[in-house]
Amino acid sequence: MTEITPELVRHLAGLARIEVTEAEVAQFASQLALIVDSVDTVKAVASQDIVATSHPIPMANVFREDVVTPSLTQQQALSGAADSDSGRFKVSAILDED
Amino acid sequence: MELLTKSASELASMLAKKEISSVELTKAQLDQIDSLNPKLNSYLSVTHELALSQAKQVDEQRAKGESLPALAGVPIAVKDNLTTIGIPTTAGSKILQGWVPPYDATVVKKILAGKMPILGKTNLDEFAMGSSTENSAYGPSLNPWDLTRTPGGSGGGSSSAVASMQAPLAIGSDTGGSIRFPAAVTGTVGVKPTYGAVSRYGLIALGSSLDQIGPVTRNVMDAAMLQDAIAGHDPMDATSLPESLGSMTEAAKNDSVKGLRIGIIKELTGEGFQAGVSEKFSEALDLLVAAGAEIVEVSCPSFQYAIAAYYLIQPAEASSNLARFDSVRFGLRVIPEGAATVEKVMSATREAGFGPEVKRRIILGTYALSSGYYDAYYGSAQKVRTLIQADLAKAFEKAEVLVSPTAPTTAFKLGEKQEDPLAMYLNDIATIPANLAGIPGMSLPVGLAKEDNLPVGAQFLAPAREDARLYRVGAVLEKLLEAKWSKKMMDFAPELKVN
Repeated sequence: MTEITPELVRHLAGLARIEVTEAEVAQFASQLALIVDSVDTVKAVASQDIVATSHPIPMANVFREDVVTPSLTQQQALSGAADSDSGRFKVSAILDED
Repeated sequence: MELLTKSASELASMLAKKEISSVELTKAQLDQIDSLNPKLNSYLSVTHELALSQAKQVDEQRAKGESLPALAGVPIAVKDNLTTIGIPTTAGSKILQGWVPPYDATVVKKILAGKMPILGKTNLDEFAMGSSTENSAYGPSLNPWDLTRTPGGSGGGSSSAVASMQAPLAIGSDTGGSIRFPAAVTGTVGVKPTYGAVSRYGLIALGSSLDQIGPVTRNVMDAAMLQDAIAGHDPMDATSLPESLGSMTEAAKNDSVKGLRIGIIKELTGEGFQAGVSEKFSEALDLLVAAGAEIVEVSCPSFQYAIAAYYLIQPAEASSNLARFDSVRFGLRVIPEGAATVEKVMSATREAGFGPEVKRRIILGTYALSSGYYDAYYGSAQKVRTLIQADLAKAFEKAEVLVSPTAPTTAFKLGEKQEDPLAMYLNDIATIPANLAGIPGMSLPVGLAKEDNLPVGAQFLAPAREDARLYRVGAVLEKLLEAKWSKKMMDFAPELKVN
């Protein structure tokens, strides 16, 4: 059984920028342990010399003409933002005060 | 009611002959939605005014004798993970509640150009993560065949709408079976085209190397016409296929399977499949054999790793795709108490806006991609993809199309698997390989299981770019089944009592 500790869940949630409650940590730890156990079977092919497939239909050199086409206006691009100022997205402080 | 049960192709021809108007048809559809949707929850938003104005416009153009696209005037439902200018787009998530996109998905543009009035946006599991619609932040959709059961997922809104005559046509998206599984459990037809056949631009991404948009309909010809209307190269999607796959409408006119070699996938039959599902599946194959098709057995041993590989690749891609929900450019923003930095705002927003399954998959994907685990998990999963493609290539040397039941069981009860994510994942055993390999698949209704009188689906698979083969075999099997039953699949459906 793969051990997924509460600390690991907190760490992963932190990396993914999701605050998690203690109840969620406990629930996810036990559920993820089961899921990770079941996906563990893929390791059977890990050592085999097989080319990895990241894209199902091979494609190369996807180009288009380098021409300017209409795009969203500034107003449209900002239309879904929670907050904006002077035509820009507005966010809280990037750095902590301390 | 009579108008509502007609197929899209019949409606298109009635419209072309001016026997009915699009306004009349669209009004009838909207009335049906108004009466059924409060109970079935198939639609998250209904666009009465837009649909009627589009219908009016197409009627005017027809009156003037303008030449119109094949499905002009036939209304359609769109899954709520495709962006639509002026229509709220939620992807079934609280994090996008109330968001109105400033741009249309390419498929939506094609629907508008095809003059199909848009009835509304259909329900789905949050960000299409699920097999039942129970992960929707807006409550599950119900299966019109049995209101205590799921219409499948993630595209249960579209399947439930089409099966309950709330739309003749709908758009779905399929990452691991989200078009085909809902089709199987609602007695409808669902097609996942070849990866890249339909543009993904404007589809809110789940697993970008797996996602594909496709048709949800009540018969094979309708699906063919809809695929023709939405397919084609799009410079806005770098993975979009440059070449045309030909006319699916022409393929669906096929009437013979003589000499066609159909491969039964050994690993997707027998054990683990509900008896009534296996029985209806075998009966369908018998019909094809009687019509001159040849059945061969094929083996795809690497399918044993398919679910495991999928539940590494898809959460990995999802964890990266869903990083865009950062509280800055669109969607929810939650400001926590105290000195809130942008990072704290982001974390609080994602905590409040995402449901449990989405959080679970993002965390799982983050794990699969983290250093120290990447090679063992994500790297191995990508190798499995290569093995699955190789197995399929070998199988397609022996047969033009492959076949299996679409799902191990008929529609399960709402709530039955909600607390057990693994049980929910196992549901996708037959549909996932097509997404991993990028090949097209179709689910076609083949009757009702003896145990529960619920619809059973058969899934056909074809090599990449050979979508037409699905329509050729699907059209023939549909005809054979309808001749055997002396009625259509939907004529078996129980009368809906919603009050």
